[in-house]
Amino acid sequence: MSKISDTFTKYKKVFIPYITVGDVNLSLTEELILEMSKRDAHIIELGVPFSDPLADGPTIQRASERALKRGINFPDIFHLVGKIRKKSNVPIVLMSYYNPIYKFGVQEFMKEAKSEGIDGIIIPDLPPEEASKIRKTKMDTIFLIAPTSTENRIKLIATLSSGFIYCVSVTGTTGARGKLEEDAKNLVSRIRRCTDKPIAVGFGVSTQEQVREIIKLADGVIVGSAILEVIEKYRDSSQLVKIVGDFIEYLIKGISSK
Amino acid sequence: MKLPNKKGYFGQYGGKFVPETLMTALKELEEVYLDIKKDTVFQNKINYYFKNYAGRPTPLYFAEKLTDVLGGPKIYLKREDLLHTGAHKINNTIGQVLLAKRIGKKRIICETGAGQHGVATATAASVMGLECIVYMGEEDIKRQSLNVFKIELLGAKVIGVYSGTKTLKDAINEAIRDWTANVRNTFYVLGSVVGPHPYPMMTRDFQSVIGKEARKQIIKLEGRLPDYLVACVGGGSNSIGLFYPFYRDKVTFIGVEAGGVGTEHSATLCYGSPGVLHGAFSYVLQTSDGQIKGTHSVAPGLDYPGVGPEHSYYKDAKRAKYVSVTDKEAVDAFHLLSEIEGIIPALEPAHAIAYVKKIAKEIGKQKIVIINLSGRGDKDIDIVRK
Repeated sequence: MSKISDTFTKYKKVFIPYITVGDVNLSLTEELILEMSKRDAHIIELGVPFSDPLADGPTIQRASERALKRGINFPDIFHLVGKIRKKSNVPIVLMSYYNPIYKFGVQEFMKEAKSEGIDGIIIPDLPPEEASKIRKTKMDTIFLIAPTSTENRIKLIATLSSGFIYCVSVTGTTGARGKLEEDAKNLVSRIRRCTDKPIAVGFGVSTQEQVREIIKLADGVIVGSAILEVIEKYRDSSQLVKIVGDFIEYLIKGISSK
Repeated sequence: MKLPNKKGYFGQYGGKFVPETLMTALKELEEVYLDIKKDTVFQNKINYYFKNYAGRPTPLYFAEKLTDVLGGPKIYLKREDLLHTGAHKINNTIGQVLLAKRIGKKRIICETGAGQHGVATATAASVMGLECIVYMGEEDIKRQSLNVFKIELLGAKVIGVYSGTKTLKDAINEAIRDWTANVRNTFYVLGSVVGPHPYPMMTRDFQSVIGKEARKQIIKLEGRLPDYLVACVGGGSNSIGLFYPFYRDKVTFIGVEAGGVGTEHSATLCYGSPGVLHGAFSYVLQTSDGQIKGTHSVAPGLDYPGVGPEHSYYKDAKRAKYVSVTDKEAVDAFHLLSEIEGIIPALEPAHAIAYVKKIAKEIGKQKIVIINLSGRGDKDIDIVRK
């Protein structure tokens, strides 16, 4: 069992916030991660900035552009995770497009990521057909299933995915949405019929009500853009870390309260 | 060997590096495409539009004065500039929009750099009666305003792209995002031999009409095959369209990339390295961290940090040679062809002319060269006038 699957076994309902590394400077990024963990986020998803994030909506694109202006790269991210590991054992999942990983060297990347304490990897532009190099590694590899995935693909992806299965709630890119489609619920039950691995739902989740709705069916909820919007709004405030922490607490209430 | 193989690979290049949401649509597209490839009714329909609407076949013109002035090989120009909408792009958009109709998608989206593909897609969508949305970088909207106006005249909508470099690369990102969100009712007409499988294969096949015609024409005119084929390479659709039907012939392929100015360029095959961009594994211009670089070219249609996977394969297999010329050399060639042949070329194929100008003397007089004159220069008047 991996640290990630253990987390799902232990907590049953898992909350996964996402932030882009280097959206704010690295020491603030570190503080944000520790704060989110302190406020009971179970797993932290860290976005690796990329110049061409074609699966992402405008919020993550902007965060990515700001991070790239700081020149954030894998050595920075490994260093950051190494520092966090001295203070916290919270499971960390990286979300990165494939090209930076390919350029770094897939095997070297996996080795270093693992040794610095990264627990899983999500690569949104790497469907299972192209992922043979990645699958040979010991790291949890989390694949995405979309509302357009056929039953055969759901079975294939569910088999290959380790740690959890990322259920894409909407047909589209990342970004906060007022209303989640019925798609999300249908998809979770379609996946459930194929696997007993944990299922976490992401894309478009932005409110406590949505978290509450989703967690009735799924094992985990991922919130990204909504948190980045808060960071974007309060990025210059001295209270940023607390404000983000409060927002995490508000979202997590969707899991803990009835 | 079949190019591409069943998984969409040309050697080690190609593939489908896209979000899961698009995988089912790509598979469907591939299946329908392989069907229509064998369907004579469909092929006849494409040929009907090629002939009666787009103006095919295009002439293979012996550029006698250019040949004399350069003092080297006999130079023929494949006149894709004479096509409806002014460039080779219409070959591909007629094919893809007919395919969209066949699949039953009512909404067409595309990206455009120079605006030529946008105009060609809007044109095909107009005549086939489909809704059309064109994504275009803000930088390109500024420098190709004539094409923006044309696209709107044709009843399509232009959406400006403000992210990243605000050029073709980001227009493709935005088109892919739109496609991801609307994949159930939308067909993405991709303008070059780039992107995930089956696009590089499909676009190449539709553009191959260029090389098929040129091959017949040169044999009729000269009684033999040419020695060289020369074409500009941005994403690489006009060049692959000319090259591919000569793949098994003893003919040298030369792809000319945009050398830009100083250290700013978009010569992906000359200076790039393998990586993944826009759904395919191919050469890309990237930093040591794997971030895609901004590019520059005086020719907006070449201003792109990626290239089609089939070209990457040709490069590694040494089937084609890839070179570059500078902005200035291209603009000089633009003037030269306008003055001595009465043909105003687009700045993109002006790169191919510029390279032939450079090597004409060393090629020698006994040889025959075909240059793909992929588009006309009306759109570039404002750039050159500056």
